[in-house]
Parts: sequence; structure tokens; C-alpha cells
Amino acid sequence: MSLSDKLFILFGGISALLGVASVIGFALSRKVTSENGRATVDNLNARIKAWWVMVAIFAVSFGLGRGVTVVLFALTSFYALREFTSLTPTRGADHLPLVAAFYVLLPLQYWLIWIDWYALFTILIPVYGFLLLPSLAALKGDPEQFLLRVSRIQWGLMLTVYCISHAPALLTLDIPGRPREGFLLLFFLITVAQFSDVMQYVSGKLFGRTKVAPVVSPSKTVEGLVGGGLSAVAAGAGLWWITPFTPLEAAAMALAIVAMGFLGGLALSAVKRSMGVKDWGTMISGHGGVLDRMDSLSFAAPVFFHLTRYFYT
Amino acid sequence: MIDLVLIGLTRFLVGGQAHWIGASPDTRQRIYFANHASHLDTLLIWSALPRLLRGSTHPIAASDYWGKGRVRRHIALKVLNAVLVDRATQGPPGAALAPLRGVLAEGESLVLFPEGTRGTERLPGPFKSGLYWLSQEFPEVELIPTYLDNPSRAFPKGTFLPVPISCTVRFGAPLSRRQGEEKDAFLERARAAVGALASDPVA
Repeated sequence: MSLSDKLFILFGGISALLGVASVIGFALSRKVTSENGRATVDNLNARIKAWWVMVAIFAVSFGLGRGVTVVLFALTSFYALREFTSLTPTRGADHLPLVAAFYVLLPLQYWLIWIDWYALFTILIPVYGFLLLPSLAALKGDPEQFLLRVSRIQWGLMLTVYCISHAPALLTLDIPGRPREGFLLLFFLITVAQFSDVMQYVSGKLFGRTKVAPVVSPSKTVEGLVGGGLSAVAAGAGLWWITPFTPLEAAAMALAIVAMGFLGGLALSAVKRSMGVKDWGTMISGHGGVLDRMDSLSFAAPVFFHLTRYFYT
Repeated sequence: MIDLVLIGLTRFLVGGQAHWIGASPDTRQRIYFANHASHLDTLLIWSALPRLLRGSTHPIAASDYWGKGRVRRHIALKVLNAVLVDRATQGPPGAALAPLRGVLAEGESLVLFPEGTRGTERLPGPFKSGLYWLSQEFPEVELIPTYLDNPSRAFPKGTFLPVPISCTVRFGAPLSRRQGEEKDAFLERARAAVGALASDPVA
């Protein structure tokens, strides 16, 4: 089967899945009567609609090739970093480090991925950004909460740019005998991570009882995690044929993605709480902000990238 | 064309979502008065207004910034419909208001920054008296308090490049008129109305 045949089947399958979801959402919206139920169904339908848009954007960028996909993720990072910075208290002296983060480090990171300079893109932000940002902040001579301020900017950059950029970096991997199949790895990562989120939400709503971390994230339950995680691992195993993995290895990879995704959602939820908000933004209706959708991917992408790179290239 | 580019750029960098809290977008003649923190402020309000209102709404811009250089001047006058005001004008109280009176007399709307200059705090500083004089002379014009959230972080005073931090524009309920209200009491009330729109989840 050729790459385009596989992509055709995959996007066809997702469209069918979303089609079913849309029909169910429509049926629910005609049946629901209580005000509380109406809000839940409206949110569900907004989410499904947003999924259609997101899948369409991914399908188009996959179709147009590596450059467009890299730009798409650069924009995703941009909006995620904008959301992160908007909620983070900053002072006047943070302006210069922020300029460097947005206008130098972000484009540079994605350019390094575009030209496939592995040795540099893996250290640019954790090493050079880590040294550059506090230096720039210190030049302004404002010591007020200095460590806190530089840590916020650095961590925002790590999460939104460094981590997320490892998703398109999958396109640079050279797997023996499988040229240009990075797209399929990226598809695998996104599908497993997002499917896990969706199924955790669904099984949490249906069976959720025991909260995992009630203070940090009231909506996360053990039942949701197990139900959603198992469905996503099964989905990942079922997608083995698009990857260099055996079905068992695909399940193990999916498990790693699910686990990291869960931890990412939890950690970023704690960050939101510490800032006193529920959502990162309002950009994707029904979902909240870009980071509300990318939180699990940001933790899963680097781990999945490295596992694949070490064991399959 | 340039207007669409400017709006696109503003939305891309700082979002500039409009929240109509106490008023709705309307073609009534209005004075929008807002806190002032950054050179972005004029662009922000202008992008937040619906297209229909943009044509008849004139931001007041300081000539010492927006009047300088051909590009900036062109954007201010031709794209933003701005009225340039010389902040250094001498003379009797309200003499600098002449160009604003002209706009209001023609039935058009104004965007005003009554602090006169860019502040650094989240809450607006003391208002200059212009808003009071205009409100007296044009009692039929609606006074809309407007709060700009975050431009002081996105583009602080003394910097050359704005950074992407989401900014919102909040339009509040029209300021009520009170018979025989003193100037200072009116200005303080107007300032409080702008400050009241500041929602502050993050310290």
C-alpha cells in the first residue's frame, strides 16, 4: 500500500468516526430538555465541530507536504506560547526575553527542524535559551521575583515550542525501508494522544467516580483514565500497519503516549489552577484554548520521538 | 487594503477580542473613552469595532507620535481616520479640543484617551478635563467607558517591538449624566467606570 493510500484510509476512517459523532450529537441535541444537559450537549457539539475543522487543517497540511506541516506546528506553538504568556504575570524587564522567545527562538527551533539539524534543535531551547533568557532579563536590572519570572518564560517556551516541535520533528526520522513515512508516525502520535483525551472524557462522563487529583483537575477520574487509556492503546495497536512497529510494540508505544499525555494534562491543569483560570484561552470553541488541546501532546511528543528514534532508526 | 493588513496583524499578535459588556455595537454617536498604556491602543479599539462603525469613528492620536514620519502619518490619517491633536497646545482650557468639536459637530464618533499620555498601571490615572467639556457641549452623545486589558504588557512604554500577549477590549454601559455635576466629580466617576471594567484574575 502506498503512503497516499494509507493516508486516504486513515482520514476516511476519522471522517467516518466524526460523522457518527456528529449524528449522535445531533440526536442528543433534539432529545435533551434539562438546562444542565443542554449545556453539556452544546459543549459536545461545539467540540465535534472543532474536531472537524482541526482534522481538515491537518489533512490539508499533510497533503501539502513537510514544509506546510512544519509551519502549521510553528503556528500552533506560537498560539500556545501566546496563551501561556498572556496568563503569566510579566514585568517590563521581561519584554526583551519575550521578544527573543517569540521572534528568535521559536522560528529558529522550527527552522532547525525543517533543515533536520537534530544535534542543535534538541539543545537550542533547553541549553541556549536557558542561558539567553535570564541574561536578557538581567540586563534590565529588575531583581523583583527574578527567578520566578525567568522560570515562567523558560518553562512556557519548553512546553509550547520545544515539546510541541517534537511532533513535526517525526517527519525528519529516517526509518530503514520506510522513506517519507514520518507523516504516518505523526498521525499515529496525534491520533493516539487525542483519542485518549476524547475517550477519557467520554468514559469519565459515563463511569467516572473516583477522582485522581480532585484539586488539580476535578474532571479526571480513575475510571476515565483506565477506560480512555485502554481504548487508546487498543486504537494504537490497531494502527500498527501504518508504523514500523509490530502490533505489540504499537500497543506499548500507545501506552507511553497515553501515560505521558495524561501526565501532561495533569501538570498543565496544575499550572492553570495556580494562575486561577479554567481554560488557557477561547480560540477553539468547546475546547478552550490551543494549549487545552495540546497539553497531552506536548508531554507525549518528545518521548514518542525519542523512543522511535532510538529503537527504529 | 492597508486596514485589513493592520487588523490582521493586530489580531495575529494580540488578538484584540471585543467584549460588549454594557453596550452593544451601534451607529449612535458616541465618545469611547479608554485607559491608555501603549501605542497599540488606538489600533486595538479600531480593530475591535465592527467595520460599519470604523468609518464613522475617529480616534484621537497625539501628533508627536502619529504625526511623525510619512508612513505613520498616512496610517493615522488615511487608514485609522484619526484626528491628530497637539498635546503642547497653549491657551484657555479646552483650546486643544477644537478639532474634536469639529468631528462631533459633524455627527461622527470619537475615541479618546483622557489620561492624555500612556500610563504604566493596570488602572487608569487621573483624567484630563477634555472629556468633561465635550460631554457638556454635546449632551446627546453617548459616553462609553472602554477598558483595554494587557497592551501595557504586550507593548510597554519605551520598547520598540510588541510581543504577542492577548489583549481584550471591553466596552461598558454608557456613563449616566447627572444634572449640575462638578467637573472633578464627573472625571472621577468616568475614571472609575473604566477601572471597573478591568477584570483581574492574575495579579
